[in-house]
Amino acid sequence: MTARDLIPIVVLAVLAALLPLVVTSSPVMNFLVFTLIVALGAQGWNILGGFGGQFSFGHAAFFGTGAYVTAILQLRYGVNAWAGLLVAMAAGAAVAWTIGFLSFRSGLRGSYFALVTLAFAEVFRILANAASFTGGAAGLLIKLDVHPANLQFADRAVFYWLVLAFVTGVLLLTRWIQRSRFGAQLVAVRENEDAAKALGVDSLKVKLRAIALSGAVTALSGCLYAQYFLYIDAHIAYGSWISVELLLAPIIGGVGTVFGPVVGALTLHGLGELAKQFAGRIPGIDLIVFGSVLVLAVAFARGGILGLLERLRDRGRGMMTRGAKEVSHAGR
Amino acid sequence: MLAVESVSKRFGGLMAVDNASLVLEPGGIIGLIGPNGAGKTTLFSMISGFVAPSDGRILFEGTDITGEEPHRRAERGIGRTFQIVQPFAGLTVCENIAVGAYLRHAKRADAIGKARDVARRVGLAAELDRPAGGLTVAGRKRLELARALATEPKLLLLDEVLAGLNPSEIRDIIPVIRGIRDEGVTILMIEHVMQAVMNLCERVYVLAQGRMIAEGKPAAVCADPRVIEAYLGHGAAARLAAEGAAHG
Repeated sequence: MTARDLIPIVVLAVLAALLPLVVTSSPVMNFLVFTLIVALGAQGWNILGGFGGQFSFGHAAFFGTGAYVTAILQLRYGVNAWAGLLVAMAAGAAVAWTIGFLSFRSGLRGSYFALVTLAFAEVFRILANAASFTGGAAGLLIKLDVHPANLQFADRAVFYWLVLAFVTGVLLLTRWIQRSRFGAQLVAVRENEDAAKALGVDSLKVKLRAIALSGAVTALSGCLYAQYFLYIDAHIAYGSWISVELLLAPIIGGVGTVFGPVVGALTLHGLGELAKQFAGRIPGIDLIVFGSVLVLAVAFARGGILGLLERLRDRGRGMMTRGAKEVSHAGR
Repeated sequence: MLAVESVSKRFGGLMAVDNASLVLEPGGIIGLIGPNGAGKTTLFSMISGFVAPSDGRILFEGTDITGEEPHRRAERGIGRTFQIVQPFAGLTVCENIAVGAYLRHAKRADAIGKARDVARRVGLAAELDRPAGGLTVAGRKRLELARALATEPKLLLLDEVLAGLNPSEIRDIIPVIRGIRDEGVTILMIEHVMQAVMNLCERVYVLAQGRMIAEGKPAAVCADPRVIEAYLGHGAAARLAAEGAAHG
């Protein structure tokens, strides 16, 4: 990676880190923390779905695993929350690898892979809802004990900085993937699996690595969700709402790009919140906004917001060079 | 270098390849010709590992590779192109070739450097930053060749790289193929353009209805009555000979 690859990430992270010094209202901080948690999970989805082209409809399986592992370790075994965070990530990676192994080895692609992941997430949801170990339908309440050692902070800004640090870390990880052999092979598998194999790419291994990384990152976002809201149940952790959130953000923002998931999550939730402000009496108005933005993105911005910006920039450049030519012609 | 030993492939009731054998010594360009549907591409797919033979075995440098995955064979040094070109359409030409180069160069800078070298050799240097989806047919054929070359193969399987090109494009690419041979890469090519086969190949194998029916120098093979009949139908050889005698 070169300095040019890193500078945009660092600049954005620093700017975002300064935000709590300006904004102190707690609804806004709540909004930012929640959106960043979604963005983090979406970054996980983007590694597998964006770079690897394997569209999962069941990332809730990893998000929920992260959330439940964190909560259960603390409640039932008294494990420290930070250690729980690491175990949650490992568990997310393991669950993801297993689902990947079962489906990729049987050659599932495209919509079949999407359906299988959806089914796994639903099975997890039903099991978590039924078992007493996971608190059943009542869910799990993490004990309020505000202390940095417990991954609970009195000041929302501190939690915001923590999530921001993780998001930045994954931005760097994604940039690394984009510039590495692993990334090139992953994208090759997305574009044409047979051609990739003929060039010596072990497509099964590459996909398994991608899904394990993806599962770990998404589990991390689930863990942070649990620590921030201190309550989870089967519908929150394993519900299809989170699977949809995690795939919508990259698709809206720019699938297979470094910043896409973050841009998409901020846009979606920003618009959703605005809609709630102006039309709060209509229940579900934010969902209507989600749907409309998705339709617009699919119809008019295939590469998401970032793809659209790039096309506009290219067109702008084209016009400028054409303009310059006309000027020089006129000069003669 | 490569030994295909009585390999067969059955697709349901169809014998696509029937007890075919083939031996390649290192170096040189060997042709594989035959009428449409003879099983040439199926044989290629078995050598490169995309299709498992129903019977027989395949040896590469003395090792039995019959059950190996395609990517393992690429690591061993078997490169292939596809008859129906398979570019990574969303990537640039340079990125396409780099995927091949990454096989033996783990670092990005090395892989990109290798990709640029290969692009220059096959005449794609000017297109490096263009998206592969926007290349002409001739460009895509060159890209297939470049990607396979970037894996630094010992044996290169070319599946109709000249098909769909016009005569001047064929003239341009023939020296490129010869140059690859001169660097010590063994080439096995499926080809319908007979002018190129005569020009390039030291030896040719002829496959018809899944069976290997002839083998030898191109000129001799083309005069072989069995080969003529395979292409033109039963009795064609005798008819041609009679006509030849009448005109003579």
